[in-house]
Amino acid sequence: MAELKPAERMKIKRHPMPNQNEQVRRGNFTEVALGYAPETAQEEAERCLQCKDPKCVGGCPVGVLIPQFIKAIREGDMVQAVEWMKVKNNLPAICGRVCPQESQCEGSCILGEKGEPVAIGRLERYVGDYELAHRTCPLVKAPKTGTRIAVVGSGPAGLTCAVDLGREGHDVTIFESLHSPGGVLIYGIPEFRLPKSVVHHEVTYAVECLGIQIKTDHIIGRTYTLDELLVDFDVVFLGTGAGLPSFLRIPGINLNGVMSANEFLTRVNLMKAYQFPDYDTPVKVGRKVAVIGGGNVAMDAVRCSLRLQELAARKNGDERGEVHIVYRRSKDEVPARQEEFAHAGEEGVIFDFLTNPVEILGDEHRQVRALRCVRMELGEPDDSGRRRPVERRGSDFDMEIDTVIMALGTNPNPIVFVDADGLDRTTYGTAVADLETGRTKKRRVWAGGDVVTGAATVISAMGAGKRAAADMHAFLKGESAWD
Amino acid sequence: MYTIAYKEALTDVTKLMVVRAPHVARSARAGQFVIVRIDEFGERIPLTIADYDRAAGTITIIFQELGKTTKQLGKLIPGDTLSSFAGPLGHPTEIDNYGVVVCIGGGVGIAPIYPITRALKEAGNRVISIIGARTKDLLFWEEKMMTVSDRFIVCTDDGSHGRAGLVTEPLKELLEDKDNSIAKVWAIGPAGMMKFVTLTTKPYAVPTIVSLNTIMIDGTGMCGGCRVLLEEGARFVCVDGPEFDGHKVDWDSLLSRLSFYRDEEREATEYYEHKCRMDGAKTMTRK
Repeated sequence: MAELKPAERMKIKRHPMPNQNEQVRRGNFTEVALGYAPETAQEEAERCLQCKDPKCVGGCPVGVLIPQFIKAIREGDMVQAVEWMKVKNNLPAICGRVCPQESQCEGSCILGEKGEPVAIGRLERYVGDYELAHRTCPLVKAPKTGTRIAVVGSGPAGLTCAVDLGREGHDVTIFESLHSPGGVLIYGIPEFRLPKSVVHHEVTYAVECLGIQIKTDHIIGRTYTLDELLVDFDVVFLGTGAGLPSFLRIPGINLNGVMSANEFLTRVNLMKAYQFPDYDTPVKVGRKVAVIGGGNVAMDAVRCSLRLQELAARKNGDERGEVHIVYRRSKDEVPARQEEFAHAGEEGVIFDFLTNPVEILGDEHRQVRALRCVRMELGEPDDSGRRRPVERRGSDFDMEIDTVIMALGTNPNPIVFVDADGLDRTTYGTAVADLETGRTKKRRVWAGGDVVTGAATVISAMGAGKRAAADMHAFLKGESAWD
Repeated sequence: MYTIAYKEALTDVTKLMVVRAPHVARSARAGQFVIVRIDEFGERIPLTIADYDRAAGTITIIFQELGKTTKQLGKLIPGDTLSSFAGPLGHPTEIDNYGVVVCIGGGVGIAPIYPITRALKEAGNRVISIIGARTKDLLFWEEKMMTVSDRFIVCTDDGSHGRAGLVTEPLKELLEDKDNSIAKVWAIGPAGMMKFVTLTTKPYAVPTIVSLNTIMIDGTGMCGGCRVLLEEGARFVCVDGPEFDGHKVDWDSLLSRLSFYRDEEREATEYYEHKCRMDGAKTMTRK
């Protein structure tokens, strides 16, 4: 294609992501977004204006070299595109799928001011998928340094940190408490949004190319304490995430049929309950499900519920059930990634905005029968800048519901702090660490990701893992003293 | 992968297994548990640590074949492997010299009460132990329990061995006898038994520790499926327990939550047994 003028580039419309049809995907767990075809990717890449001062890069928590990789796609040089990508991001196939691009790179794209931004996330995924299929950029390990590093947790923060340190020639061991590495990418995010094979590929890559060891079934704080790790390892990185679920403090939370989104999603994703009884772990989802919350986890839970209902309906010939999102704020405050919110709507999720649960009611068998809620209205902005929902007096009503899933955010797991003398914690239970370097208050221990910030995004955890890896490497080379 | 080093049938349906898991054995203590998963398709189940050998790097587990997973586990033999074995989890039992203590084990609960009884005896307590089961064939470790107890009582519901009746009957007599001045009671067994033990000790205000075995997935505080209602609010059995002050537990809520997946458990067991029949007698495990 001949070189286009900026005005011509701006005339090209943003290319939609081809998706599985909503009626079909309701009844399966396979990926919804099918990915760009090569021609589509190349045409979308033509939209990029190659800004001299690219705002998109500043919007990315790890500063991916966006104009460079897009230019390489445009020129059809995918090997080069992968190389540009890997300068800053080890896991593009994952980020392209799960990042909230609308508030990061794409939110800063200059084209977005008058029209639609370049589909940077979809192009990133295209590059990531190309790499997974062609293995064009194998990770290279520098000569062995002989330094031993322990990484606690194999989620986005730990994995990124381990890979960066492995590339520098360090001897890295990852400790994972579950039986399968990947953290929230495995237990939290559903198959239809992030296929587990993508995660397995990335992990295998790290193990094979860099000799990273992964010890599953190891719970730091119990199997080994942090202080014990510091005897066997030179430095330690904590990327233990925020895995502890919160429950609403309302009556009825211990009724049968009430669960945390963590439990529900772990059953479905990690334990593959949607394939019960071929897989042993069951999951119970009723005919009328209410998911409380409006974030990505709530969208994941509600869309899993809908699929399980559809599968059961097809198997037993029943009518379809219904699934609700119950959220105390309005549509405009929904924190979930735009695409997931849109997909949920297309699939038939019912949204009850400005609705706040006050009690879960049970029947004589202690089984959930209804959710008592009040209507809310938006008042003045609160600390987060969002308008505070205020209860409308006397607006109580009961929703007939048999399953309640709470997706209200998570907190760091306290187990890792057992016998970790000097590892300071905030009142929110997060580890105190420097946000730039990841250094904690305990010598030779770094931390990053949700364990430091509280529940956030995959990419911000990866950014923290990356920054910590750089600082750990500098410390190990003697370029940066602890004190 | 974790290799089964030894297996013994304690009763027709109660199996003991010694599993090689040095990472767990190095820090395991009485009262803690492990999460076991047999194979790629398996569920994660919590099992109490019945014993450990740090030098050999092994953990002893004891289970009763009730549902699909325990039946499949029961068919494994030494040399077979388990795909996950995570732990030790939960808080260990607080062992001290309390004076006179009573240790009660019901059914498969005899297994986890044994190391606690032994530790209490070693700490200088005068230990009275009571073990019980529905019938004689479900009892095991009578000798072992006897050797670590100052006084030993055995009962069966049907009177086929020892005293006829429930463990709560001798317990009540011990509590009534002022000469005993019992300082503390431990009870491990079916939830129903533990409930009635705590109801028995409550009027005498004797602290009673129970070890709860609820539905769990990860065992590390992540899923919250194991939550139990105490007087002060909901707690997680996996990270806050598994031992709790039995007088504070909302037993009816606990019993009802334990039954939540009963239909699915039955379905999984039937499906498994059907598959076993189809596969023939050669091998009954999925490999």
